[in-house]
Amino acid sequence: MTATREPILSVRGLEKHFPIKGGGLIKRTVGAVRAVDGLDLDLYPGEVLGLVGESGCGKSTTGRAILNLQPATGGSVVFQGRDIVGLGRKEMRPLRRDIQIVFQDPYASLNPRLPVFDIVAEPLIIHGLTKDEAELRERVRTLVETVGLNPEHTNRYPAEFSGGQRQRIGIARALALEPKVLVLDEPVSALDVSIQAGVINLLEDLKERLGLSYLFIAHDLSVVRHISDRVAVMYLGKIIEVAPRDVLFEAPTHPYTQALLSAIPLPDPRLERSRQRIIITGDVPSPANPPSGCRFRTRCQKFANQLDDTQREKCMTVEPPLESRGTDHQSACHYAEALKVL
Amino acid sequence: MTITNDADPRTPLLSVQDLNVRFPTEDGLVHAVRGVDYELHSGEVLGIVGESGSGKSVTSLAVMGLLPGSARVTGSVKYRGQELLGLSDRAMSRVRGKGVSMIFQDPMTSLDPVYRVGFQIEETLRVHDPKLSSKAAEARAADLLALVGIPNAAERVRSYPHEFSGGMRQRVVIAIAMANQPDVIIADEPTTALDVTVQAQILEVLQTALSETGAAMVMITHDLGVVAGIADRVLVMYAGRPVEVGGVEDIYYEPRMPYTLGLLGSLPRLDASTKQRLTPIKGSPPSVVNMPPGCPFAPRCPLHVAECDAVEPELVEVGHGHAAACIRIDEVRKAEGDAATVFEDSSDDATLTTEPAPATPQEETAR
Ligand SMILES: Nc1ncnc2c1ncn2[C@@H]1O[C@H](COP(=O)(O)OP(=O)(O)O)[C@@H](O)[C@H]1O
Ligand SMILES: Nc1ncnc2c1ncn2[C@@H]1O[C@H](COP(=O)(O)OP(=O)(O)O)[C@@H](O)[C@H]1O
Ligand code: SF4
Ligand code: SF4
Ligand SMILES: [Mg+2]
Ligand SMILES: [Mg+2]
Repeated sequence: MTATREPILSVRGLEKHFPIKGGGLIKRTVGAVRAVDGLDLDLYPGEVLGLVGESGCGKSTTGRAILNLQPATGGSVVFQGRDIVGLGRKEMRPLRRDIQIVFQDPYASLNPRLPVFDIVAEPLIIHGLTKDEAELRERVRTLVETVGLNPEHTNRYPAEFSGGQRQRIGIARALALEPKVLVLDEPVSALDVSIQAGVINLLEDLKERLGLSYLFIAHDLSVVRHISDRVAVMYLGKIIEVAPRDVLFEAPTHPYTQALLSAIPLPDPRLERSRQRIIITGDVPSPANPPSGCRFRTRCQKFANQLDDTQREKCMTVEPPLESRGTDHQSACHYAEALKVL
Repeated sequence: MTITNDADPRTPLLSVQDLNVRFPTEDGLVHAVRGVDYELHSGEVLGIVGESGSGKSVTSLAVMGLLPGSARVTGSVKYRGQELLGLSDRAMSRVRGKGVSMIFQDPMTSLDPVYRVGFQIEETLRVHDPKLSSKAAEARAADLLALVGIPNAAERVRSYPHEFSGGMRQRVVIAIAMANQPDVIIADEPTTALDVTVQAQILEVLQTALSETGAAMVMITHDLGVVAGIADRVLVMYAGRPVEVGGVEDIYYEPRMPYTLGLLGSLPRLDASTKQRLTPIKGSPPSVVNMPPGCPFAPRCPLHVAECDAVEPELVEVGHGHAAACIRIDEVRKAEGDAATVFEDSSDDATLTTEPAPATPQEETAR
């Protein structure tokens, strides 16, 4: 399906390394946190691409680098045919209209001293998009209604709104410039489930009504399965598997994807108690010093239990590339094999 | 002190009755816990679920006697028949650890950054066994670390908390909680701060801890998946009160309180290939300062009728060991666990709930 279309956003070999400074008077660079370390992804018009992985794997850094909020240290981000890596503020401005970001924390991302009207109106004013006050009022009203809030409340301050409502204000602001792409960084993670569900429904509606594309970043795989068309799984700064949603959840081929899906408890007592669980050992290694060869090998259940020494040697010395496992399905494991874990 | 009362096996290990906790604040009296009752029997796991602010943590801190001095606590908390509310700090510290021990979300609540973890485990052991030799204490500390799955336990006893990852620290905390073979472990969101792969490890360690010590557990979490896997019985809290309690299968497959039904319907499912629309619960939980009379869930409840506002519904038995606080349980029963038959799948959220807003015509039509 996606193979014949042109991506609206195409990321190749994206790198974001943060220097680690040594102690002492002269702070020399002694190493680097390889937060994003050679990442490829494509986002197609009208689709939701879920980006998942455990904390610290580089999801937010990827999101910020794609928007050039924190410039990449390598690779390319081609948005609507133009590479934006290295572009300055001024050159980015026209592109900013088309790609916007929504952050996780609805408390930290809105200015508490501004009424909602000003928060939503600000991007319209900065970009000079409305010809007069009346038009500005009308635009803000429409935006606030679009995200399911009461337009009578735009004179109120963020503190008067619930967490879910504040996240909607953030979404209204992001929509002000009529973007084509939204990068949503954990947009519902801080919300209780009963409220999270309303924001998810809203995001689904907006996508249909406005023809948006989402890069939906989250650590909650249940939310990601619900909302995404395709899903990409990250581990230590790299994509290790990407596939259409149901393929990824029904027939994951990378041992990490399998372990991740297997670890998530299901809210269904009978199912949950009859499951066979793959429990991987240890914690995620430091991105300052990733393992040689395959980055997942220190926790890989397949490496530990199923491979012989020759096979293991390859895992330790050769970094597995993303390879095709079927239509639109790729994974980065030398011994990839589909396994049903749900 | 005689706290051994095993003679009658029907005496619950832990019995909480009409527990109320109030905090005096500038905005008025915060009535955080408004009448919690539960019993925990030996070998049992009770799950407590509910949205943030529903009073889960305050309930447990009250049971442990760990609330700040300003808190006003009434009701009864009995451990093996012995009343704990009003016990002196010294008497209470004899119960803590040996009778009832607690695991918090943040392991650093229980760990001291300046002492080696082995020393901290040994100290815990000595509280209840002052004559324990240092050699025996050291050996036992290493055994405990090994039991919770810490590699090279014999060496790791000499490490400091900061030398462990978050998941490993939580293992140390579990080792400390188990050290004196408590009868009851209360775990308050023990895996919430952890990644799912590490959460799975910690849940497994907790299960091991329970089977090794034979302890019963109160598992507090907002994660309905975690509770589905570990709890025998479940208590659902809303606005400081239990609104439904029952066996784990009753709660998940035959919920009778609209709030429980709504919670389940708002969960996206990892194991569902069809894109079923979610059913959110409109609005937010009420403020527990100056609660109006009537059902606390009324402003968010799609089954709300005028009668719901008269008095706060009591828990009523709806099946064997299953009770719900709602006057329209028959309507909920008809939903057969399908939230979509009761809740709307709407995507708006237009009512301000942070203050008792005057009902504008707009808000009335939104109902
Ligand atoms: N400004 C920064 N300086 C140094 N390290 C950083 C910075 N931002 C993020 N990192 C590190 O980069 C890694 C990836 O972080 P992040 O992208 O926030 O992960 P995620 O969003 O997946 O949780 C982490 O190890 C984090 O500590
Ligand atoms: N020390 C305190 N003083 C005043 N209010 C408190 C205090 N501790 C908790 N609360 C209030 O009690 C309510 C219940 O809190 P809590 O038990 O922590 O909820 P939960 O654990 O279910 O998220 C909340 O409204 C909270 O703000
Ligand atoms: S390449 Fe080897 S270590 Fe890496 S995921 Fe595959 S089997 Fe495991
Ligand atoms: S008592 Fe009324 S308002 Fe409360 S949950 Fe039942 S139906 Fe809803
Ligand atoms: Mg992040
Ligand atoms: Mg709590």
